[in-house]
Amino acid sequence: MSDLQIVPPSLEEQEVIEINRENYDHYNEERLTYKAEPGLTEELARKISSDKGEPKWMLNKRLTALRVFKEKELPKWGPDLSNLDLSKIIYYMKPDAKKNANSIGEIPEDIRKTYEKLGIPKAEREYLGGSGFQYESESVYHNLKKELADKGVVFLDMDEAVQKYPEKVKKYFMTNCVPINLHKFSALHAAVWSGGTFIYIPKNVKVDIPLQAYFRMNAKKGGQFEHTLIIVDEGAEVHYIEGCSAPQYTENSLHAGCVEIHVMKNARARYSSIENWSKNTYNLNTKRAVVHENGVMEWINGNAGSAITMLYPCSVLLGENAKTDYIGIAYAGEGQYQDTGCKVYHLAPNTSSSVLSKGISIDGGISSYRGIVDIKKGAVNSKSNVRCDGLMLDNKSKALTTPSMDVHENDVKVAHEAAVGKVEEDQLFYLMSRGLSEDEAIKLIVAGYIEPLIKELPMEYAVELNRLIELEIENSVC
Amino acid sequence: MLEIKNLHVEIEGKEILKGVNLKLEKGKVHALMGPNGSGKSTLANVVMGHPKYTITKGEILLDGQSINELSPDERAKKGLFLSFQYPSEVDGATISTFLRQALNSSRKARGEEPISVLDFHNLLKEKLRLLNTEESFAERYLNQGFSGGEKKKSEILQLAILNPGIAILDETDSGTDIDALKVIADNINKVMGENKIVLIITHYKRILEHVKPDKLSILINGKIALEGNAELVDQLEEKGYGWIEED
Repeated sequence: MSDLQIVPPSLEEQEVIEINRENYDHYNEERLTYKAEPGLTEELARKISSDKGEPKWMLNKRLTALRVFKEKELPKWGPDLSNLDLSKIIYYMKPDAKKNANSIGEIPEDIRKTYEKLGIPKAEREYLGGSGFQYESESVYHNLKKELADKGVVFLDMDEAVQKYPEKVKKYFMTNCVPINLHKFSALHAAVWSGGTFIYIPKNVKVDIPLQAYFRMNAKKGGQFEHTLIIVDEGAEVHYIEGCSAPQYTENSLHAGCVEIHVMKNARARYSSIENWSKNTYNLNTKRAVVHENGVMEWINGNAGSAITMLYPCSVLLGENAKTDYIGIAYAGEGQYQDTGCKVYHLAPNTSSSVLSKGISIDGGISSYRGIVDIKKGAVNSKSNVRCDGLMLDNKSKALTTPSMDVHENDVKVAHEAAVGKVEEDQLFYLMSRGLSEDEAIKLIVAGYIEPLIKELPMEYAVELNRLIELEIENSVC
Repeated sequence: MLEIKNLHVEIEGKEILKGVNLKLEKGKVHALMGPNGSGKSTLANVVMGHPKYTITKGEILLDGQSINELSPDERAKKGLFLSFQYPSEVDGATISTFLRQALNSSRKARGEEPISVLDFHNLLKEKLRLLNTEESFAERYLNQGFSGGEKKKSEILQLAILNPGIAILDETDSGTDIDALKVIADNINKVMGENKIVLIITHYKRILEHVKPDKLSILINGKIALEGNAELVDQLEEKGYGWIEED
């Protein structure tokens, strides 16, 4: 694999790359071949299924999910979702573009420009093994390096996977990892899912350059419900990156994606995402991994955008010696409520988990850590280490931590630490007295605060996240 | 010249400085002494622009122009520097990263190009050597978990790198042993130049034996009660402040 390894440029070198809010906020005129009426109906679920030529079992899954969705209530905890009018959301929109083009030239010009502004072609050239781009409900671009395809790696749009790998999809799609009835939004997702990513890494194949998919919402009042299913077979390895963004409108949008990862015996998966939805988006997302014997699951989770995010990536440590690491950063500015954290279920002996989460809040934003570590009876000699911190950049903002530990086994090691702090006037004065502007001083404090976490991240991810947070601070302070 | 004219300062409605007059001239070392609670640190912080203090009357003039309304960073860019009695800690930000940024912001204000990574590294190395300090010191997080002595060393390193026109040193000698004090004093002397202003705020004679003041001012109860030359230090050492208050 070493012939594929490309060293990303250092942080210093990357400083010259411009990033600005406009690249996320600009929007294209709507050019759609189909736009559903607002609201979620059986007719729509049937339409999506028939458009995609799905097998009967998938249609039945959608219809079952729709019934579950109607029965389930909104969560009674966490952020208030009462302003989200689910009947006004447009659940299915097909862009006027070829599906899954595998050259950039085939993407229509307006979409291609967005794609370029987001810096994806450059990333693909420099350090990705494969790249996908979804626009509204459909994947418009998908490409995998030939070297990887030759090794049997599968990297497809989820719609296409249903056609090409029906056995695998039927076995793993919303069955034992994220069941349809997990909660109201997993059911909603199952009813109207469209697009997303399917990855299969064959036994003992180690993919050492990342695969990436980018999900872009463009239209007003839109919804995006991509499904990601990753199967890392025994002894295999993969790093998958997801990026997401949408332009800002006054009407609400909804993102209810779902990620399922199966980490088989001795396998290793790393999932990184930077979610940068616009500040009118409800981001109600479900991500879960099932980790078998000796498997390792790493979650890297960055949240800067959205109005409300409720997202709790979960690892189910099913096999002996299974291990999970979670690193999370959440940034909440004006009008934002980031409710995120990690869930871990220890179901087997010698399993271990490590959670490191940092929240930042400014301008009245609320950043909240909510997580669970649940060590079941029989998970002897398991270990868990949780650290969740919050930093408030002013007096108007809030930082909350709600960690919970359920331990049903005696022979375990569990540690938990939480610290919530505020940037102090004296600290700002000190830095400013050395010539740093208020903006620079806050950035330095924030960079220092997230430093222990940044140094654990892959370089390309750290660079994007750092820039995004700097950008948000500039917008808040100036 | 830095001139403080009839300066009245309040914090939370309580008046701390009650009409301070002080002239600090270029090329001179000034010392400011006074009993606890007389307002010395308040004066230092107000000159640097700490937002928690309110100036109710009077002016701080730098080369004849009022800086009352300037933010701390604007004052820093005009060459002011305060060595803090109790510097803040910033976890996760190394001294070296912070200092390069600070140096570049003052260079930018002077219309100069940012310093290259290599030149900065060499400058840092040189200044650390003058402080008899290991290079690894600059890779530690800014004042995080530092002992009192290390914090003072960090302040003096910042002074040496930023090389400001006006240095106010607020009890930079307190909490340091004799050897460290000597190193600090040597570095202050090195920073001093023809056009520099140094104001040493202290309780003790010992630093003034290493950095000779040209002028000494005594602050008592928010006002300058007495001014004199270096010999005044000996009198204070002998008799304390009581006799000045009685006069």
